Formats: sequence, structure tokens, C-alpha cells
Amino acid sequence: MSPPIEFELRRRTLLAGSAAIAMSAASGQRSAAQTVTPTGTPVGPESTAVTLTVNGEERELTVDNRTTLLDALREQLKLTGTKKGCDHGQCGACTCTVNGQRINSCLSLAVMHDGDEVKTIEGIGTPEQMDPMQAAFVENDGFQCGYCTPGQITSAKSVIEEIRAGIPSHVTGNLTAEIALTDAEIRERMSGNICRCGAYANILAAITQVAEGDEA
Amino acid sequence: MRAFSYEKVTDPAQAAARAAEVEGAKFLAGGTNLLDLMKLEIERPAHVIDVNGLGLDEITETEEGGLRIGALVTNTALSADARIRRNYAVLTRAIAAGASGQLRNKATTGGNLLQRTRCPYFYDTAQPCNKRAPGSGCAALSEGAFSRQLGVIGTSDACIATHPSDMAVGMRVLDAVVETVTPEGMTRSIPLEEFHLLPGDTPERENALMPGELITAVTLPAPVGGEQKYHKVRDRASYAFALVSVALIRQPDGTERVALGGVAPKPWRSAAADAELSNGAAAVMAELLGGARPTEENAFKITLAERTLAAMLAEE
Repeated sequence: MSPPIEFELRRRTLLAGSAAIAMSAASGQRSAAQTVTPTGTPVGPESTAVTLTVNGEERELTVDNRTTLLDALREQLKLTGTKKGCDHGQCGACTCTVNGQRINSCLSLAVMHDGDEVKTIEGIGTPEQMDPMQAAFVENDGFQCGYCTPGQITSAKSVIEEIRAGIPSHVTGNLTAEIALTDAEIRERMSGNICRCGAYANILAAITQVAEGDEA
Repeated sequence: MRAFSYEKVTDPAQAAARAAEVEGAKFLAGGTNLLDLMKLEIERPAHVIDVNGLGLDEITETEEGGLRIGALVTNTALSADARIRRNYAVLTRAIAAGASGQLRNKATTGGNLLQRTRCPYFYDTAQPCNKRAPGSGCAALSEGAFSRQLGVIGTSDACIATHPSDMAVGMRVLDAVVETVTPEGMTRSIPLEEFHLLPGDTPERENALMPGELITAVTLPAPVGGEQKYHKVRDRASYAFALVSVALIRQPDGTERVALGGVAPKPWRSAAADAELSNGAAAVMAELLGGARPTEENAFKITLAERTLAAMLAEE
């Protein structure tokens, strides 16, 4: 595994911090509309110790209960391959697998995954030893800026597995027949991963190449 | 996100009792809607009860020949179950039409029913919303508001949000029943028809559950057969809420059932409308959407619903 990344205050971090302050100032005007008062107070510890198996390695950490799986991976375990895009399950940049299934790691709490097996892009392949899906993305130009790519690759691998496992999609014809690995099936199943550069055609080509390679 | 304490539970009745006992407690299953709302501080639980250890993740056969779907069965597992695909195809079709692959892997049967009835103004905490902040007003009904996506029937002057679930529309046309356990440890069966409430003057109340009451399962009656279809019309091909969706079951003897999604605060169906199906789509919609009160922006949904059903009826 790659060495952890040391974080330091950079221009980008500083700007993000300033933006957060600006936003909280603006939100002062919102109190009239937001009149719901929270009921109750926490009745126990606000942090929890969890053990995650990440890319085959057991990791023990203590997290604030609010920590998403995404933030635990990025900020605590320094596995920054998994990206934060929208942080609301809409863009798919945070996709990783938990116990073999792809999920939005931004919409899951780390405390929910005690004992689970998590796989991130760092566990899928390395620059020296790429996964066939990673090699196919490179070969087919399946990205431009690359920010959505870890999520795209994770999803792409799962899409092929899900089709082979017989999980139907919105475009599946006969629900009781074997599902064909068509362009329409791949596109539909990849709809939870947004690419703002618009590399969709090449992403589709990469996935198709891997799927056909598996069959050959 | 507000700070909260967290616990895992292993027994449904214990979970319900705990939720009733702790002020500000919320159940957490897949978390795909709850965490989204907690990040925006629209939901602010003080205590989170993780129900994922309750083991309610199996689909079993009932004595009546139907299926009992555990509350924690994921949308993916439910849509892919061979019995569902074979005998309740409208449910597989409905689930597959909703959300994304990642979300369906986490979203649960109980959680899908309990996702908030919502609209963009519910999400925008700078706007008034009677659902989020009771009594603050409805931004969606204000001058110049965007209401194209919102409800046309079953709505009120307080709220015109829709329940966005596709799964629930499929379950409604199949006459599903929600099973629960109360904080006192009693079980209860609530027909899905009665599960979601219309907003009236209290849009913050969205379902018939009592404080602490936990969904344990959804049961489907014995298979009804027939040709089962689900058509969803939306602004893009995938991963978007319905403008209108239609669940249809047609029997060889001519009897049929229809339920609509995307038009109301709950799956929309009526026995009177079902009885009109032999008279065509216009007759069905006259019965089903006769009481509609659309806005100028979403009146098209009435025409769209009729044409969607007409297209489905015209299919061979």
C-alpha cells in the first residue's frame, strides 16, 4: 500500500475554509425559515471505536459518530483515492465496495461498518499493477480530469458482476432470462456515476472491452 | 450535521421500545435518505438506533401463498429475487426504475417506504416549508415557484410534495401490507393504502406509524398473475424522480389494476378507477385524477398520466 499522504495547509484548503466561514455568516439570515428546534440531546458517547478491513488490512479507528465512511477513508486512513464530489449520493465519485457491493460511501456512516470489508481504488490496482478495468480506462481514454474515475472504475467492475449475478436493471427485457451485456445495460447501470468531462462514450468502450475480454 | 449518540440493536421490539424512550431518536437502516437530510440539518436526531443487526433481511413464503419481505431486504436483493421477478414482476420493474445501482444496494424495504415525502423547497433550508418547519408556509405554492415536479392530487394548501418511491407504487398495485412492532411489543398490520398519510394541515406527519413503531416486514398476497408493467416518465433516461409513473396489472379476464407514482404524496390508486380500465385510459384517469388540483406548471402531469397509460394499454 502507498504511504499515507501528509496534509498541509494549501491554497485550496484555505479557500475552502474561507468559503465555509462565508456560508455560515449567510446562514444567519435563514433562521426565520428554519424554525425546527432539535429535540433531545445525545444520550451516550458521540464517538465510537470501529474495526474496518480495508483493502485486506484490518484497521482500528475511533470515529465521531457523524463520520461518513468516505471521510473515515480519506481523512483518517488517508486513502484519498475515493473522491468526495457532491457528498449527497448523487454523483458517485465516492463509490467503493463494502462486503463486495458498491455503495456511495458518502451516504453511510463509518460506525455502521464495524467488521465490514471495504475495498477502495487503492485495493483494486496500483500504477505498477493495474486492474484490467484500469488498463482499459487508460487505453480507451475513459476520463479527462480523472476526478470521477475511481468511482467509475469501482462501479464498472460491479456492473459486470451484477449483470453476471442476474440482477435486473431498468432496461432488462425478459426478467427470467440471462441478462445480456449490452451497451444499454451498461449505460443504465452506470447512471449513478456522473462525469462532468463527459467521457461517457469512452467509459462505455472501456467497460465493454473488459466484459468482452472476460468472455473470450 | 448535529452530534448524536449511536447504538446498535438486535431485537425489533427492543429497538421500538428504545426509540420511544429516547427523545429525538431515529432508526437508521440503509441511511441513504436519512444521512442526506442529516447533513443538511433537516433531520437532526439526537440519538441514532442502527437497526441493521435485526436480521430482518430475508424473503420468506407466507401461509397464504404470498411473500414476507423483511424490512432490511435491500432494493437490489428484492428486485433480483427469483420469486419476485417471476410472480411480482411489477415490483422488480418499479424498484429497477428508481435511484442508482449504488443506492439500491443500500436502500432497504422499510427505509424506502419511510423516505421523506419531499420537494426542492423542503431541501432548501432558506425557504419556508410546512413539512420542515410547521407553520412557516409553503414555498412551492408561492408566486413564481417551481412546481413542475410536484403533486397534483392528494395535496393540500400546506404541502404539494410527492412521495418519490417507485417501489411503493409497485407494492400498492400488489396490495402489500406493512407489518410493524410497537414499543409495547405488539405487532400491527397496516395496508400500504393506509400507510402514507395525506398532508392536510400536518404535512410533517407522513405515515401511520406511532412514535417508536418499527417496520419489520412488508407482505405480498399470493401472486395475482396477469401481465405486469411499470412505466416511468422522467426528465432523463435514468436516475431521476418520476414526473409520472404507472404500475399496471392486466388479467386475461379483462380485470385490471392501476397505481400512479409522481403525482401525489402517496402511491395513487382507487378501486373505482381500476373498474374503468375496460373503458380506456381517459376513463381511468377521469376517475383517478378527477379531483386533481394541479399548479399551472404541473397540470401537464394529468395529460401525461393518461397518455402513459394509453401507451401501455396499446402495447401488445
